[in-house]
Amino acid sequence: MSLAWLEAAGAWVLPAFLAVILGAALFRRVPAYSAFIEGAKEGFDTFLTILPHLVGMLAALAVFQSSGALKALTSFLAPYFRPLGFPPELLPLALLRPFSGAASMAVVTHLMGRYGPDSEIGRLAAIMQGSTDTTFYVLTVYFGSVGIVRERYAVKVGLIGDAAGILAALLVGRWFFSA
Amino acid sequence: MIHTVWIGLFLVGIVYAALTGNIAHVSTALFEGAQEGLNVAFSLLGILTLWMGILNVARKAGLLDALARLLRPLIRLLFPDVPRGHAAEGYLLANIAANLLGMGNAATPFGIKAMQELDKLNPEKGRATRPMITLLALNTASVSLFPTTVIGIRAAAGAAQPADILPAVVLASFLGSAVAVLVDRFYQWREGP
Repeated sequence: MSLAWLEAAGAWVLPAFLAVILGAALFRRVPAYSAFIEGAKEGFDTFLTILPHLVGMLAALAVFQSSGALKALTSFLAPYFRPLGFPPELLPLALLRPFSGAASMAVVTHLMGRYGPDSEIGRLAAIMQGSTDTTFYVLTVYFGSVGIVRERYAVKVGLIGDAAGILAALLVGRWFFSA
Repeated sequence: MIHTVWIGLFLVGIVYAALTGNIAHVSTALFEGAQEGLNVAFSLLGILTLWMGILNVARKAGLLDALARLLRPLIRLLFPDVPRGHAAEGYLLANIAANLLGMGNAATPFGIKAMQELDKLNPEKGRATRPMITLLALNTASVSLFPTTVIGIRAAAGAAQPADILPAVVLASFLGSAVAVLVDRFYQWREGP
């Protein structure tokens, strides 16, 4: 099955979206440029609101990661995951994914290089990365933008959602690509 | 919980580094982390400003209202606490659509606008409301139809057909999101408004 057309379609999404909005503005005689400037000013305010949240959270993550605690946790957990049918090679990815998009992407790239992009590990890694998001980043940016400090059950929902996404990626990937 | 997670990351990191003779890394990591926070915020700044401007054009042209009218049943289902016709509806749908279309970073400004509108309905500032958490759950689970970054990495690594994982990603991300929404519903029921 060739999906080249889908990749090509991806390139059309943003331009088409923009063209529809600007076309509608022209049709409705909206003063588009001043409307743009008015809305765009909020971008900077939002940036200033988010900044402290991002710096605080990413500094904590950097300390945790550089200390080696995450690596230790991974090697501690790996033997328990093998009997469950969870490839231990993918454990660092599953543990890093909610915390750091860049770090989990680095793991994916590393696994591709080591096992090949068309290997089972390579494919499962790509599916896991593609079907989940960096929960703590989303939490920091979205809640930070309105100053939420009492996030209630949001972290639990996000992390359980992540775990479900990782598990779904494993099952669906195996189902699609294993002989 | 965010307080505990935040303090925990620092303390576990510092104590573990101290025990393993890694303590020198901690100071470096602090500066690198702070710098990364600034870099991430800066990399968002352009896209935030651009898309918040364009969203305002879309709103004034009546497109967000049209989108909200068209897909109101979806909003009622996912966000029953948002009053009918509230401005948050259009932004929520724009955010969901942008995620579905794989617009990546462009989905973030839409989500932030939706969050800011939802905050206008928030009786207790600083405390997350139910629709806010649902919006977060949808975005952390990331329903995605175009996982462009991962496909790019596969292409760079020399995959025979880089995009052949796409149906699996769509299905897996849909399943993950469905679970996230169900878990969200469970906590809504248990913890109340």
